[in-house]
Amino acid sequence: MTAPGSEAAVTPRHEAAVTGSAPHREYLDRLAAGSVPFQTCDGCLTAVFPPRVICPACGATELRWSESSGLGTVYSTSVIAPRDADPYPVVLVDLDEGFRMMSTVVETPAADVPIGMRVRAHVEQDGPSGPRVVCTAAEAAEGEDAS
Amino acid sequence: MSPRDLRGAAAIVGVAESDLGEVGQDRYAIELAAQAAGTALAEAGLTTRDVDGLFCAIAGRGMAPLDVGEYLGVRPRYTDGTMVGGSSFVSHLHHAALAIAAGACDVALIVYGSTARSDSGRGRLAMGPPELPSYEAAYRPRPPITGYALATARHMHQYGTTRAQLAEVAVAARQWARLNPKAFARDPLTVEDVLAARMVSSPLSTLDCCLVTDGGGAVVVTSAARAADLPRPPVYLLGAGEAHWHRAISQMPDLTVTAATESSARAYAMAGLGPEDVDMVQLYDAFTINTILFLEDLGFCKKGEGGDFVSGGRIAPGGELPVNTNGGGLSYCHPGMYGIFPLIEATRQIRGEAGERQRPGVSVAVAHGNGGQLSSQVTAILGGRDTL
Ligand SMILES: [Zn+2]
Repeated sequence: MTAPGSEAAVTPRHEAAVTGSAPHREYLDRLAAGSVPFQTCDGCLTAVFPPRVICPACGATELRWSESSGLGTVYSTSVIAPRDADPYPVVLVDLDEGFRMMSTVVETPAADVPIGMRVRAHVEQDGPSGPRVVCTAAEAAEGEDAS
Repeated sequence: MSPRDLRGAAAIVGVAESDLGEVGQDRYAIELAAQAAGTALAEAGLTTRDVDGLFCAIAGRGMAPLDVGEYLGVRPRYTDGTMVGGSSFVSHLHHAALAIAAGACDVALIVYGSTARSDSGRGRLAMGPPELPSYEAAYRPRPPITGYALATARHMHQYGTTRAQLAEVAVAARQWARLNPKAFARDPLTVEDVLAARMVSSPLSTLDCCLVTDGGGAVVVTSAARAADLPRPPVYLLGAGEAHWHRAISQMPDLTVTAATESSARAYAMAGLGPEDVDMVQLYDAFTINTILFLEDLGFCKKGEGGDFVSGGRIAPGGELPVNTNGGGLSYCHPGMYGIFPLIEATRQIRGEAGERQRPGVSVAVAHGNGGQLSSQVTAILGGRDTL
């Protein structure tokens, strides 16, 4: 039992849960700060995305936030051509750290985004609904295995 | 009880569609469900008063079984509102068989209705409470088409599948639909037409996508013992299997391999049958790629060979393996959740009641449901009396 007046007693549990580790809030804050965030499981080292409170590989509840290098490979792509706007690609990108996300590729014509293309993900702060991760074609040198 | 004990324990004794196509703005999903229920029960020689197990799902309605129960005047002692998208109804059949075998109910009514087509002329359904935040929406995919398009692009990349092979799926479905007076789209269709259609989310064109129609359906299930006393030849559930691995397409591990690999393996194991024993296949063809993926994942051809397999009319009328003989979601009917219609068509084919599109001597048929974006997969294997 915590003594009255101690630190734990003045911070209600529910408040700690919401302000301390709400995964989506943490994600948005990190995105706004310019990082491409994901989590890593302390138990099995699996890269976890989207953010959550339990590891989908092993069930551990200790997940550590990490920042992606942004380097990745287009896993699949579809071009959407609205009647009243420019076509744009919707892609699935495999980040080199071992997680996959939906994104788009900017600064390259939609039709010129093949599967297997090396890309660099970064944060577009003024996306249509706030900050989002977008990709650009990676320079040949950075696309190669640097290790 | 092991899964094998469920083989042949329950049977479909009545099936029906409601009015299909475009039913008009003053009609409602539950009316179509109820219309189908009444017809299916009459075919089974039963009434709503016999129903003590209710199984249903309606898109956007969180308490659909309560709505339907009230509307029909059914007071079930067992209810299942499992909602796994379009695969829900094949899942309901599995659950109904389990419930009947356990004595939890005796006459199960699986029922569905939707006015997806007519709804486009009235206000959108109110949005429910948020689920999880979407990590996809910021990229403006067109759900669900883009999810299937991404799977298609990957399949083409990995296996050399072509758009012409995808088009063969749409053409075969249309050829079957031309034999089905209830089918919505019955005009002639060629591979060239599909290839020339407007691209929606590449590589899928408008003609790679299913219809949007209104429609309802119902399936009545009871024990094999009780089925023997009812008017129509029972169609037995020989095997069933379920699996799901993801919800969002970005979380699907390999876009060319669906959880139907597992759902079908479970169904085959329960039935003690394999794909070589199957006379015809009713698959959830929301998009042309579905048919190719599911033929592979259900074992009718090897992974990557689906495009070749569907070519040259092999799944069309007159082909070696009849697939989606009602015309499928691509040409017959697709009211948002198609999964009850494969059960209805498989039942009719096993009974020999499919009219001009009937294939002779169908004793084993597969009905496969898909939900979400290649997410939920449920396989059922149905058979006539000679399969017990
Ligand atoms: Zn883990």
